Amino acid sequence: MPAASGSAPRHAIEVRDLVKHFGPVAAVDGISFEVAAGAVTGLLGGNGAGKTTTIGMLMGLIVPDGGAIRILGRDMPGERASLLERMNFESPYVDMPHRLTVRQNLTVFGRLYRVAELKARIAELVGDFDLGGFVDRKAGQLSAGQKTRVALAKALLNRPEVLLLDEPTASLDPDTADWVRGRLETYRAATGATILLASHNMPEVERLCDDVVILRRGRIEDRGSPADLLRRYGRGTLEEVFLDVARGTRADGVDPNPSPSEVSP
Amino acid sequence: MSTPRGPGGFSLTRVGAMVLRYWYLLSNSWPRAVELVYWPTVQMLTWGFVQLYVAQNSSFFANAAGLFVGGLLLWDVLLRSQQGFAFAFLEELWSRNLGNLLMSPLRPSEFIVSLMVISMIRLAIGMLPVTLLAIPLFGFNVWGLGLPLAVFFANLVIAGWAIGLVIIGILLRQGMGAEALAWSLMFLLMPITCVYYPVTTLPAIMQPIAWALPTTYVFEGMRAIIVAHTFRFDLMATAFAMNAVWFAVAIFAFYRLLAAARRSGSLLQQGE
Repeated sequence: MPAASGSAPRHAIEVRDLVKHFGPVAAVDGISFEVAAGAVTGLLGGNGAGKTTTIGMLMGLIVPDGGAIRILGRDMPGERASLLERMNFESPYVDMPHRLTVRQNLTVFGRLYRVAELKARIAELVGDFDLGGFVDRKAGQLSAGQKTRVALAKALLNRPEVLLLDEPTASLDPDTADWVRGRLETYRAATGATILLASHNMPEVERLCDDVVILRRGRIEDRGSPADLLRRYGRGTLEEVFLDVARGTRADGVDPNPSPSEVSP
Repeated sequence: MSTPRGPGGFSLTRVGAMVLRYWYLLSNSWPRAVELVYWPTVQMLTWGFVQLYVAQNSSFFANAAGLFVGGLLLWDVLLRSQQGFAFAFLEELWSRNLGNLLMSPLRPSEFIVSLMVISMIRLAIGMLPVTLLAIPLFGFNVWGLGLPLAVFFANLVIAGWAIGLVIIGILLRQGMGAEALAWSLMFLLMPITCVYYPVTTLPAIMQPIAWALPTTYVFEGMRAIIVAHTFRFDLMATAFAMNAVWFAVAIFAFYRLLAAARRSGSLLQQGE
């Protein structure tokens, strides 16, 4: 793993006692974790576990009710504007403007991120992500796989030091998904970027992530490296570990996280 | 990279990026550009013929040619500046692009300035041909108003932006459910702000409401020029003062609504 620069903080992302309620629902309920500079960390959890809310708070899109976030050693959302120049984001749930061509979209976002030598950077990404065949086609006319490649190219336009990915390979065929994972590995190896990856794809998490944070009902249920989790849960795949956590069961019969009603007073 | 930067990190490069984004949208879609000209033209033709008919049967209107067409053109400046502002923002909701923008370094102030610029561009595309068409068809040259036209224009555009700001604040907070406001809110003003008739026409109880709108002073000022050939500086000064208050309140409301949206998580839901 490429080392972070000498002056960079040891942790690219630090989250302390983060809380977010939506009405009576605790979407995120006092979570703390950190992501080492240059590491890839997976954020796992079932639907409604708090992954997207956490990412929203990390990007400054949602204001936490409590707790603190530091990214690259700076306060988020206090220094949101300057931090976002050093970060980027990709999700299949957010689109690029459909009526703009791929090149026009990359030009607009490149200028928003004030990318130096933008034409050359776009040409580089068009080559890296094999966009040449449709770079002058409107984004709305692309297939799901092509859209994902364009969205990833946009996410890497500013060579982000911190990259947040929300289910980057959702709805992609296995070949395209594998290709995307390969591009992420290449980018990380080349730049030492820190990546936080929310995903439901367990093989993807096993392949890409150094560390995994498992959320359930807004709380961290467990964390560790994929190998560590497999060993501790006595399972062969991360998917089995995920099911154990989601259902509150383990191979050895021990309930690692009993619900409050099951806890003895 | 050397880029123009202003106080507080305000970036003209990012403003330019957003203007370019909307320019691409217009230039990629000719129906959008045609739509900008279509409605002002239809409205101008309708009211122009009404004016011709009334003028043939009334000496007052015969001597005050341009009252209806002038009112309509100025109303369209107000309406189009608001809609140009709000619709450009709606494009982000329609294309599910808002999440990308809100998670980019784009600051709200830069977003607002870019919406102002694009509303001016849309206004120019929509209104220039119509104002020129009114000269041969109905003998009304709005450009002949000279300096007062610039004053009228500035007041109406500022009022349109103020209303547009509040609308996009509500859209951020409430989502697409508030989309109808962008289309319809301005029409609530139309009868009260006295586009085609003097304030004295309104029932006495409604007249204070009319005078609370900066736009009313513009339409009264226009009638003063067309009917009495007098530029009412007092009306325009009041309009500017009221617009300054309106715009300040709109900025405040927008930032409060944006903050509320960040707290409620509604920005994330819109992004998805």
